[in-house]
Amino acid sequence: MALAGLFLVVFLLVHLGINLLLLANDDGQAFSAAANFMGTNAVIRVMEPVLFGGFLLHMLFGLLVSFRNRASRPVRYQHKSLSETSPLSKYMFHSGIIVFIFLVLHLIDFYFIKVGLVAPPAGVERHDFYHRSLALFADKGYSAAYMVGFLFLGFHLNHAVQAAFQTMGFNHSKYTGAVKAGSTIYSVIVAGGFMIIPLWFMISR
Amino acid sequence: MNFTLKIWRQKNGADKGGLVTYEVKGISPDSSFFEMLDMLNQQLIGQGIDPVSFDHDCREGICGTCSLYINGRPHGPLKGVTTCQLHMRSFRDGEAIFIEPWRCGAFPVIKDLIVDRSAFDRIIQSGGYVSVNSGGIPDANAIPVPKHDSDASFDAAACIGCGACVASCPNASAMLFVSSKVSHLALLPQGRIEAERRVQNMVATMDSLGFGNCSNTYACEAECPKEISVANIARMNREFLAAKVFAEKEKKVSFSL
Ligand code: FES
Repeated sequence: MALAGLFLVVFLLVHLGINLLLLANDDGQAFSAAANFMGTNAVIRVMEPVLFGGFLLHMLFGLLVSFRNRASRPVRYQHKSLSETSPLSKYMFHSGIIVFIFLVLHLIDFYFIKVGLVAPPAGVERHDFYHRSLALFADKGYSAAYMVGFLFLGFHLNHAVQAAFQTMGFNHSKYTGAVKAGSTIYSVIVAGGFMIIPLWFMISR
Repeated sequence: MNFTLKIWRQKNGADKGGLVTYEVKGISPDSSFFEMLDMLNQQLIGQGIDPVSFDHDCREGICGTCSLYINGRPHGPLKGVTTCQLHMRSFRDGEAIFIEPWRCGAFPVIKDLIVDRSAFDRIIQSGGYVSVNSGGIPDANAIPVPKHDSDASFDAAACIGCGACVASCPNASAMLFVSSKVSHLALLPQGRIEAERRVQNMVATMDSLGFGNCSNTYACEAECPKEISVANIARMNREFLAAKVFAEKEKKVSFSL
């Protein structure tokens, strides 16, 4: 789960980089070029199934571990736990479910249209991610849901990145502080970076 | 001081059990938590009621026998102490105090607040032996040990095996306990000889006994009466991964006369 998660962490940065090109004031040229590159480059094509595998493994292990963990305490406490815990670490399953729902909707909105599983809306070519994004972000409700999705992804990542290091056996008296800070900075950059895009469209239009 | 106690009563492992409310009055703020329970039991015996069973032995925080999940925290509200070191001045006068046994499938309730923690003994047993030469007492510094390693080893060895880590963990995971037992040996040259085998066996036993998995909430570290660090868990993960990936196949020896 931790290894697959760390792999997804790298993917998110690439995805964010490309999405930020949406903000370039060039009528979507840079973004479309990048999307086109991702859709045609041989290495990226090979990585696509690997990425799907990474998501599947991460979710499968996550579910398995969560169910086993619940089963390990068949009789629960009457008093609610007041033990101090790492922020939001108890809610990884919940934030994971919200991110999963968002991911499914996201795939329906983009990926399924691209591969032809879902018909594109009238007037948008199925490979034209730029105009598809513009149309979606023009909808205030969609933009709000999009931002909520990333807010929870941010909560998830804030704990996840440093926890993955710990699980892989990395805990060092000198560097763990930096790993924890890095984890928080990374989650703010990813969640904030993705959320800026709908905000920008809301303000600029 | 007066308190309302809500105590888990359960006749035996098969009984369903439930919380029962008792009132205790005139408790000195300087009496220990167990003295308060002793007074309650005296009162119950006087009324012809079966006294509350709870584990305790040294009553000075070194044996790891005492337990009790008090108001949502193992060993009560203070940091770095066992229940036997807790005093009633840590509570408010008139406060309702919930007292429950450790909860984990691998720690079945025997009676009331007493749970069977022999799962921990089984994990220790599966770790096997440490090779030491018999004979004369070796010179204290015959084997040099880096200062940091000996400090970290002694910190891990401070674990008294009470099970508060399991009790506090949202997943009832035993990782802090097992990792401190793995660490205090793995950090010293004397413990390196069987280190690979030890970590694999202890983790396998821990998993087979039904403890949960670590999701890094670090509740264990916050509640450990000996303040054992989760750095030990990372060390155990490291040892385990390295052993799984790099351990050489052991040569099978067939004996013939
Ligand atoms: S009774 Fe020995 S540690 Fe509490």
